[in-house]
Amino acid sequence: MRTYRRPVSGLWWTRNPFYLWYMLRELSSVLLVIYALTLLVGLARLVQGVVRYEDWLESLSRPGAVAFHVFTFIVVLYHAWTWFKVMPKTLPRLPLSNGAIVLSGVVAALAASLALFGAVYLAGLWSLL
Amino acid sequence: MRTIRIECLRYHPETDAEPHWQTYEVPFTDDMSVLQGLQHIKDHLDGSLTFRWSCRMAICGSCGAMVDGVPKLTCETFLRDLYPGPVRIEALNNFPIVRDLAIDQSDFLEKLQGVKAHLIPREKEEGAYVQTPKQMDEYYQYSKCINCLLCYAACPQYGLNEKFTGPAAIALAHRYNADSRDAGKAERLEVFNAEDGVWGCTLVGYCSEVCPKEVDPARAVNQNKIESAKDYFLRFLRK
Amino acid sequence: MQRSNKPIFWSLFGAGGMLSALIGPMLILITGILVPTGTILGRDTMSYERTLALARSGFGKLAIFLVISLFLFHGCHRAYHCLHDFGVHVGPGIKAAFHGFAAAGSLAAAILLLLV
Repeated sequence: MRTYRRPVSGLWWTRNPFYLWYMLRELSSVLLVIYALTLLVGLARLVQGVVRYEDWLESLSRPGAVAFHVFTFIVVLYHAWTWFKVMPKTLPRLPLSNGAIVLSGVVAALAASLALFGAVYLAGLWSLL
Repeated sequence: MRTIRIECLRYHPETDAEPHWQTYEVPFTDDMSVLQGLQHIKDHLDGSLTFRWSCRMAICGSCGAMVDGVPKLTCETFLRDLYPGPVRIEALNNFPIVRDLAIDQSDFLEKLQGVKAHLIPREKEEGAYVQTPKQMDEYYQYSKCINCLLCYAACPQYGLNEKFTGPAAIALAHRYNADSRDAGKAERLEVFNAEDGVWGCTLVGYCSEVCPKEVDPARAVNQNKIESAKDYFLRFLRK
Repeated sequence: MQRSNKPIFWSLFGAGGMLSALIGPMLILITGILVPTGTILGRDTMSYERTLALARSGFGKLAIFLVISLFLFHGCHRAYHCLHDFGVHVGPGIKAAFHGFAAAGSLAAAILLLLV
């Protein structure tokens, strides 16, 4: 039986919107790695002392850096959204509807984010000890 | 009467080196399925067109095909939704073409044997099994699989790597893992734990999207990632 | 059939995915947008003294390490799969390179946090 095997193109993900959104979700990982490296660099500068650290802080306020972080923010937000959207499949069976599971995740993220912001804001209000 | 253009990917191994598209003008009414369109072609326009079908009501799983690039059951896809067309129909993706729209499913059938998708009971017990509705809820959705293979056509990981066990086989095996009467989880884990077992999946999720029976194979696969991971980390405790 | 060691990397991937889903966007907002531009939060929120105090605290060390390490493991694991999805043949060498990168970054973070 001479069957015909159709070749699979490396661009398979461009042929269907579902696949495209999947690929964008996957590519968000690259930006997450770059952001983690940014923090790692900041940590290194911290160890190197006040002058190097302040230089690093200064570079963060340059328009290019801020633009990068705005882009990364949007992309990582998309990652977060897809993460919770898919949770009904990745979590064990719960006495909650799929919609309720997704909502719980989003609410948890909002709560955690608010707590983080609150902690940073309050820490900023205290004078240096 | 309106007509719609249907394009089919043709392949007859005795005459063709490669598949090629052929176009047909098919008269249609609003109630016609794509399958009926194909049947009109075979009955009146071109008797050589080859395709599988049986029940015409989305339960036998025979009539799967790519309709405009999306895996569908042709018996429950309607020409009125695709008008004015042209409608491109080809054999399900990721499978070798035997002839026209008919694919070679033998890889799936081998996988199905390999995952032991049948009840493996505990030690012989007296009398009938007792199962509550809640216990049945745990596996019921996975029992709805009709082996139509739309999920394999949808799965890019299967497309990239034919050795991947794939959505339906894992869902069908999970149907037993989740069944309170079954005791075969450990046996099935042998297949699941492999690189091409559940770990070939990256949760694209398109399999669950195209499933005509709402089986949610993506969920079955990912539940077994948890099981496989538990087995990986806790195996030394069992001894 | 050979057992895959995917569970190790998948667990790290999962932990990093959950952490980045919960606080990733807010962290990026704070460290990359609000503080550097002095919006709502002052630019001295991440001053040398403040950040040093955080990095020297036990809680701070753990938090910074987990963020850097888990974000790296999540990202590298997924990026590795991206390569595979693009049709690139990814052998054990490439797999080691991607996960090794995350491990190296985690080690660097750990050492820096011990030195700070």
